Amino acid sequence: MAANSFRSRALTALAGLLALSFGSLADSRIEDQAEQFFRSGHTNNWAVLVCTSRFWFNYRHVANTLSVYRSVKRLGIPDSHIVLMLADDMACNARNPKPATVFSHKNMELNVYGDDVEVDYRSYEVTVENFLRVLTGRVPPGTPRSKRLLSDDRSNILIYMTGHGGNGFLKFQDSEEITNIELADAFEQMWQKRRYNELLFIIDTCQGASMYERFYSPNIMALASSQVGEDSLSHQPDPAIGVHLMDRYTFYVLEFLEEINPASQTNMNDLFQVCPKSLCVSTPGHRTDLFQRDPKNVLITDFFGSVRKVEITTETISLQPDLGIMESSNKEDQIDEERMEPLKYAEQLPVAQIIHQSLFWKETAAHLGSWWNNTCVSGAHGAQEPAAVHPS
Amino acid sequence: VPPEVVRGKRAALFFAAVAIVLGLPLWWKTTETYRAPLPYSQISGLNALQLRLMVPVTVVFTRDSVPLDDQEKLPFTVVHEREIPLKYKMKIKCRFQKAYRRALDHEEEALSLGSVQEAETMLAEPQEQSEGSLTVYVISEHSPLLPQDMMSYIGPKRTAVMRGIMHREAFNIIGRRIIQVAQAMSLTEDVLAAALADHLPEDKWSSDKRRPLKSSLGYEITFSLLNPDPKSHDVHWDIEGAVQRYVQPFLNALSAAGNFSVDSQILYYAMLGVNPRFDPASSSYYLASHSLPHVINPVESRLGSSAASLYPVLNFLLYVPELAHSPLYIQDKDGAPVATNAFHSPRWGGIMVYNVDPKAYNASKLPVRVEVDMVRVMEVFLAQLRLLFGIAQPQLPPKCLFSGPKSEGLMTWELDRLLWARSVENLATATTTLTSLAQLLGKISNIVIKDDVASEVYRAVAAVQKAAEELASGHLASAFVASQEAVTSSERAFFDPSLLHLLYFPDDQKFAIYIPLFLPMAVPILLSLVKIFLETRKSWKKPEKID
Repeated sequence: MAANSFRSRALTALAGLLALSFGSLADSRIEDQAEQFFRSGHTNNWAVLVCTSRFWFNYRHVANTLSVYRSVKRLGIPDSHIVLMLADDMACNARNPKPATVFSHKNMELNVYGDDVEVDYRSYEVTVENFLRVLTGRVPPGTPRSKRLLSDDRSNILIYMTGHGGNGFLKFQDSEEITNIELADAFEQMWQKRRYNELLFIIDTCQGASMYERFYSPNIMALASSQVGEDSLSHQPDPAIGVHLMDRYTFYVLEFLEEINPASQTNMNDLFQVCPKSLCVSTPGHRTDLFQRDPKNVLITDFFGSVRKVEITTETISLQPDLGIMESSNKEDQIDEERMEPLKYAEQLPVAQIIHQSLFWKETAAHLGSWWNNTCVSGAHGAQEPAAVHPS
Repeated sequence: VPPEVVRGKRAALFFAAVAIVLGLPLWWKTTETYRAPLPYSQISGLNALQLRLMVPVTVVFTRDSVPLDDQEKLPFTVVHEREIPLKYKMKIKCRFQKAYRRALDHEEEALSLGSVQEAETMLAEPQEQSEGSLTVYVISEHSPLLPQDMMSYIGPKRTAVMRGIMHREAFNIIGRRIIQVAQAMSLTEDVLAAALADHLPEDKWSSDKRRPLKSSLGYEITFSLLNPDPKSHDVHWDIEGAVQRYVQPFLNALSAAGNFSVDSQILYYAMLGVNPRFDPASSSYYLASHSLPHVINPVESRLGSSAASLYPVLNFLLYVPELAHSPLYIQDKDGAPVATNAFHSPRWGGIMVYNVDPKAYNASKLPVRVEVDMVRVMEVFLAQLRLLFGIAQPQLPPKCLFSGPKSEGLMTWELDRLLWARSVENLATATTTLTSLAQLLGKISNIVIKDDVASEVYRAVAAVQKAAEELASGHLASAFVASQEAVTSSERAFFDPSLLHLLYFPDDQKFAIYIPLFLPMAVPILLSLVKIFLETRKSWKKPEKID
């Protein structure tokens, strides 16, 4: 009896072990698949950072954009994949007491201008038309590569905009506006041509949430610094520079990003919590209904950083050091040199000819003049002796 | 009724008539966005295009390869068609057209030589085969041309040799084997799936391994030598000679696939972004495989690849580690050092670490002169170049002898496979672009289509149709050229700067513009029309009452 019960217990234990191992095997496979599903599927990262306001008192907008630029570069996106548009030059502004710097923290703690900043669209080139051209790719031919957004269907793009805005529009350069419908249409054009895999849109302006209300293309996540009807406020003025250095929302986003490194696993839900109403005074908003993945599975580095997929090279092909071809090509070079005739230079400045020509024209002019005098002035009296004309 | 009132009524009616009949249509016509006519029906027809990829195969039978009564039936043609099961909206069918014929005298002579390489050289001279076509020679079952255990041989120049069989069903059996060999040399499902990887909806994540370069008109290849420690290493590399000897022949063989330009540079004090770790067991430094992805970004900004050209750039970096971190090895996932000491990133390029021979440090003082062994370096770089282009090992049928690539590093039928894949990819891209343009025009109403954009669209549609025809008739070279033209035209049409002509006017802005113009004119007309209508209705009702 005891033996039977022991055997049955052993069998059940064995069955249990087997079930567990199968379960864990299936589990790991499901986990692999699940992990794959939650991963982003992008292979490169781009960033379009736009500051839309000019004039010295809008220093904070340039500082906002440059601090996002700095974070994005630090986390790995190279300059060739960043399109930076700054509508005014604060670092070299005549009113900047510390030229070549743009500070984001008071007491000049952090210079976000750095010494390797690469501004692609500067000053008056930052217009609504250029911005839309960059997004949709319809740039005029001859635009240099650094001014193009050469993204493809596996690119994750971060778009950051800051400036002065209102309900449904964002002001560019104090002279024109971009409306939320234009922006939504531009994103739709990008989607139709599959110019992005996923898009993160961050906007730090007054009533920023109105700018993402009209999006209708898939795979877009949007964050804004304030709701419709609220103003986004600036952070702190610096007494030495004399202007407000940063906006609150971007200031706290920058602090949040300073703690991220290329290998960190922080996800988007943490970014949504940045800058609560107590710190920001306005209520930041976000929109994720167009986004396919759950925000808690989206890593910050999916948009702010750039990690490349890499494979180890295991194969080589075999080459022979082929000296024969090398020698024959040398001989060809020599033959070419022998056949060429010695070069002659054309005369660069034929001085003699120039003087001769000027003398020639002067003489003919003098002759013509005297003939004119004789025939017209003297009238029908016949040709007189032409006066002797000396070239002067 | 006083005549002034009648005149007044007629005047009001006349004004209204002019405004409505002439004015409204004129205003409508002059304010609509200009759209040159586009072939919408043809564009939607492209989505349902059936691509038939024809591979012409010539099968040459020698005297003793098949039974005599089968030989009497020669020459004839057999067609084998198969649909490739891909979840793509275009149906792709693969058609092998096998033309069976008897061997000519010089072919019999060549195939009776000692080794298969000699036979090939003799056979290759008379004709150059066109792109996409294959020739299979069937020799007798016991011929000594191939090694005993091998059933077939795939050569580097679009030829294959196969053993025949003396059997009743000889043609059927040989036919199946020929299809296997022909598929390995031209088209399989893998090749097409990799080509269409960007267009297939599923499996975005697993196809990372097979991510060849996107098809483009040209490519820029940059070789960079990174020397972070010039105080210790005085590195010299004969890059011009190496490019001329090894890279240029390879690129010449690939020249049908695009324009290539090569340049090189040397960068000093360029560090890798990752600190290598020290391995005391082998007293060397190593880079673990999980840190490799972080190596590329810090160094890429120094490469200047964005200034090179508008074509996609492939970067090949040769890194000579600094004295403090020598020797440096790359470890794979299991911790074993990689034999090639190199890694690559799809669609970007490759990096190889070149360790200086420790013997060089013995005699001389720093800086030590280092002559880079370009053969070893180019072997790795060319292998990476092949991988980046998606030229991979084919799936060989069993018992098949495979001759490696020739001195150029590329077999001609590998180029054909690339051209097949690229043609299909180009057609898919062009169709997607045209379809997206049509959809966009439907969704956003104020995109202007000028005449030259419309002509580009027509050209693109014509090129897609031509490419499909050429593919169906087996002319690979002209099909590839047509497909490239289709992509160029469609991209030019889609990305034409003039499409962004009109910025959006929201409805309230439109009202704000039109109301001051139309309202002062419209109100009197409408009111007088209403008045006329009421009066005429009263005058109709009046006679009834009297009667």
